[in-house]
Amino acid sequence: MNIDEKKNLRTYLLVWIALLVLLALTAASAYVKLGSFNIVVSMCISIAKTALVMGLFMELRREHGTTIVFAIAGFFWLILLIAPTLSDVVTR
Amino acid sequence: MNTAAQHLQEQFDTSRQQIKAAKLGMWTFLATEVVLFGALFCAYAFYRYVFPQGYALASKHTDFALGTIETAILLTSSLTMALAIRATRLAQRKATVYFLAATAILGAAFIGIHATEYLQEWHEHLWPGKHFDESLRGVNGTEMFFTLYYVMTCLHGLHVTIGIGVLVVLAVLSFRGRFTAGYYTPLELGGLYWHLVDIVWIFLYPLFYLVSRT
Repeated sequence: MNIDEKKNLRTYLLVWIALLVLLALTAASAYVKLGSFNIVVSMCISIAKTALVMGLFMELRREHGTTIVFAIAGFFWLILLIAPTLSDVVTR
Repeated sequence: MNTAAQHLQEQFDTSRQQIKAAKLGMWTFLATEVVLFGALFCAYAFYRYVFPQGYALASKHTDFALGTIETAILLTSSLTMALAIRATRLAQRKATVYFLAATAILGAAFIGIHATEYLQEWHEHLWPGKHFDESLRGVNGTEMFFTLYYVMTCLHGLHVTIGIGVLVVLAVLSFRGRFTAGYYTPLELGGLYWHLVDIVWIFLYPLFYLVSRT
């Protein structure tokens, strides 16, 4: 086994542990009274989990720049979809 | 020897270029998946803003324990997927097949648990329509919450089911020795799909199970 793959194994296991810890954090935070801040906390944790999965499990960190732009594009369109829709209903 | 060069198609100059193109294509497809689910997330956000009480009340009726277990299962299946690809890179064919099988089994467990949840919700009158729970019916937004819950989790479940099919095919191909340390692009693309399905659930979980638990 070469050193790189040993390192990869460690990375994968650490990511998995981090994901489970973040899951526990989200679940626990739901039982803390934070009002509308609850959703902010849980969405921030979900984004952190997504970054871990995309960067390390999907190996996006090793991809070419073009691929990274394409990967982020989907989320960019998502923001363009949701933000103006909400800005309408929130300011009515 | 099964190498990337052997799989080189004539429209590409090098194997490197071919692999890059394949991954770029896969990420493009995944971006369309993000937007497909995105439209539903947008509807969710819109109605959550309009009916905060209805969402809070309805969310209390979802099964917190099962939802959390399902999330842990999917997160773990992403680990076994990554390990399957690593095993291929190390030319460990048996380990690849085992890890792919483990991923598929975890996916099936997810589907199984969610099916029991649907059944439970059916008995608790949580399916919108004529038999919808009387105490929930009076609050605006509860039926919308459950409609979106079923549409989004069913669409996600469909993706998991397709993913399991992909995993089974990949496991059979691995078993037959179709992938080597030098060529395993289909495995990587299948893995990307599986991870994306996991990401969708990472957002579905807090949005449906954790709206109001205090």
